Amino acid sequence: MLDETAFDLRKYLRRNSASVTVWIALLALILFGLMRYDNFGSAYNFSSFLNYNAMFIAIALGMCFVIMTGGIDLSVGSVAAFTSVVAAYLSPYGIQVALPGAVLAGVGFGAINAFCIIILRIPPFIATLATMLAAKGGALVISGAQTISVDWGSNFTKLGMGQAFGLFPWAIVIVAGLTLALWLVLERTTIGRTVLAIGGSEDASNLMGLKVNRAKAFVYLLSGGCAGLAGVFLASGFGAGQPLEGIGWELSAIASVVVGGTLLTGGMGSIPATVAGALLLGLVFNVLNFENGQGTISFSAYWQMVIRGGFLFAVILLQSRVIARQQKVLG
Amino acid sequence: MNALVSMSGIEKSFAGVPALSQANLEIAPGEVHALIGQNGAGKSTMIKVLTGVYDRDAGDVHLAGVPSRISTPREAQESGIATIYQELNLVPLRSVTENIIMGYEPKRLGFLVDWREGNMRAREVLMRFGIDIDVTEPLGNFSTAIQQLVAIARAVSLDAKLVIMDEPTSSLDASEVEVLFGVVRELKKQGVSVLYVSHFLDELFQICDRVTTMRDGRTVSTRNVQDTTKLEMIADMLGRNKDEIAADGLTDFAGAKAKKGDIVLRADSVSTGPRLTHFDLTLHRGEIVGLGGLLGSGRTEAARALFGVDGKRSGAIELHGVVGQPSGPGDAIVNGVGFLTEDRKAEGIIPDMSVRENMTLALLPKLASRGQIDFAREREIVQAFIDDLGIKAAHMDQPIRELSGGNQQKVLLARWLATQPDILILDEPTRGVDVGAKREIQSFIRSYVEKGFGVVLISSEFEELVEGADRIVVMHEGRSVKELTNPGVTENILVRALAHHEEGTGSWNAQ
Ligand SMILES: Nc1ncnc2c1ncn2[C@@H]1O[C@H](COP(=O)(O)OP(=O)(O)OP(=O)(O)O)[C@@H](O)[C@H]1O
Ligand SMILES: [Mg+2]
Repeated sequence: MLDETAFDLRKYLRRNSASVTVWIALLALILFGLMRYDNFGSAYNFSSFLNYNAMFIAIALGMCFVIMTGGIDLSVGSVAAFTSVVAAYLSPYGIQVALPGAVLAGVGFGAINAFCIIILRIPPFIATLATMLAAKGGALVISGAQTISVDWGSNFTKLGMGQAFGLFPWAIVIVAGLTLALWLVLERTTIGRTVLAIGGSEDASNLMGLKVNRAKAFVYLLSGGCAGLAGVFLASGFGAGQPLEGIGWELSAIASVVVGGTLLTGGMGSIPATVAGALLLGLVFNVLNFENGQGTISFSAYWQMVIRGGFLFAVILLQSRVIARQQKVLG
Repeated sequence: MNALVSMSGIEKSFAGVPALSQANLEIAPGEVHALIGQNGAGKSTMIKVLTGVYDRDAGDVHLAGVPSRISTPREAQESGIATIYQELNLVPLRSVTENIIMGYEPKRLGFLVDWREGNMRAREVLMRFGIDIDVTEPLGNFSTAIQQLVAIARAVSLDAKLVIMDEPTSSLDASEVEVLFGVVRELKKQGVSVLYVSHFLDELFQICDRVTTMRDGRTVSTRNVQDTTKLEMIADMLGRNKDEIAADGLTDFAGAKAKKGDIVLRADSVSTGPRLTHFDLTLHRGEIVGLGGLLGSGRTEAARALFGVDGKRSGAIELHGVVGQPSGPGDAIVNGVGFLTEDRKAEGIIPDMSVRENMTLALLPKLASRGQIDFAREREIVQAFIDDLGIKAAHMDQPIRELSGGNQQKVLLARWLATQPDILILDEPTRGVDVGAKREIQSFIRSYVEKGFGVVLISSEFEELVEGADRIVVMHEGRSVKELTNPGVTENILVRALAHHEEGTGSWNAQ
């Protein structure tokens, strides 16, 4: 009799071969940074890096769920811009109002997406593209195309700048909690497994009697909410609502998810590897900043993008090689 | 006594084309009820109307005397109807366990899925079918037969009052079918009803109580299985007189009259990995060579090796006298090899394309000159195959997903036949095809090889192999262990050859 409870490293590596690469790449880049730059491993760099990337991680987490159903959410960047303005407007009432308010606004956009996709049966790509334009326009309208300064007197900026328990920035704590919660949802709850089943085959899921629509609604609401949260981080981290921000964020999020080994067609995915993917993407910029600081070579912002793209390509190429080899070796 | 299910006067059309008209079906509690009919007769549609996949246009459905309110598959499950749909509806990317317990996961604290318990349950139900596999593996890693058994296991584990099986045995071999019958009998003992759709009429006599026959969307008769004959059922299905049919005979392979030509294909101790360790085969022009064996004996793997899907590790393959394995399917096709896979859903049909497009996909290069497709010629070829194989479609531009299962299979077969490969590998070519059509396909394959082509035939149906193949290569655990030559091979001889090696007493080797 087979014993599936015993831990089998070969089996584990084979099942997770898609996401193993991202961890290796991340570790390699961290080691590279540690060896090459003096302050790379400083607590300050560590915490400010995570703090800045918290919003990207949040968005990638929501995107991961959407992609696992075989869908896509292009609206996240604009929604984050919109909710950063909402958060800024609500900041005088304190974090306890601004945070839920902005997240709810994000969930609202998610609800529009869900409605269009599930009830009106519009393909996700088109539905969320429309929402992306609407949210962008909406952000410009409510802000008058100006950055909206937050109320520095309230406790709102603590979120992006203060420390939890005097140790970590709040944003990091919140995102870590969110990661754990979503990991649990994916691996251990019915709705998480339904998400994966839908991505594997929506027809089959329907015929199996799974609650397909409920799970699809969940992922778009979640993605909207995560974008809302990212908006809060944006506003509190920079002290202002930023209606013009968020351009291209959806693509970074998709890249994080894919680098993390999640199938773009759905059905398979990993939460921790998605976080690793988002960190990897951010870390490339961080390393390039340090490199520029060294003064030997200097990369312009444009070149940084090119380098990041090339790096991503290399990781994904490596990933597909690893998967192909694993499948060959282990049958 | 109230019938468990009673459907009456059911009407259903698709885009104005009727699929069901005045169809009636009654299933008593605890009975095993067969539903038969030709490809496209409306069996699957009838089931889908009952389980809420389709809305009916007219008619009544009662469950235990009460009007049914089922309008989605979920509600059907909740009302105690568990269904194995014909197009195996599972999720290959997800684990075996998930495919069995999804929707009914055991939980801790009311919301956390208990995987340990779930894996145990999955293993337990599979044990009833004599399957011992790693249930945490993705389902797609297993053979079609295992997948079919998993679908059955899921349905059986749902604690249903009615289990519907739409062609459950289409990819099972004889021993697996026996196991399934055992499970069906057990269900019956527990008072569970079973609605059983099959083209294997002999099976019905072993497990079914009553049989309802459909023809052209109507139910034409319901009989007690004890009081009827196979001939009578076929007569009902075809709407023909049974004496006429008796005179015609039922199978039409009547093998082993081939005039052998040159050798077109040779495999010499080919190995591709643990599942195919030693495979020998010689195929001449004008010949059908069968591959016989049980589940996991390496038949499909052998076909994959010949088609260049799996690279070989040792041994030699010779095509048209030239040594060398095709480097991949594309190369195989260029070298005149065709391969009809057993998994039509995953590897075969392109659901949204039409019957015509699906059929001529592989033929396009030959139909086009300077990038221009000769549409008139295309339609001509397609129409010829539709007529020859008796494909039931509204018209050739109908999306293939709208065809019944057996008719989709015929389109795929036509796709390969149209390209006229020298060597055609057919993995279960008549799966899900009705008795009449099976016969037509078999005689079509025979006339194909008579034109000088060679066919490698894989079939779990012993009858098809024994009657259809000129020679049968018997496979066991990844090795070709014996060769039987027609005429003179009977089902008994084949079964004994298989069993022999099962017991491990045989060591004859075709080196
Ligand atoms: N979704 C659909 N759209 C259009 N036509 C359909 C659809 N589903 C079924 N049909 C048509 O309804 C008829 C009955 O099909 P059905 O699948 O019920 O046949 P079947 O008896 O199950 O045949 P088989 O033995 O081949 O599985 C066929 O002519 C088929 O083309
Ligand atoms: Mg059918």
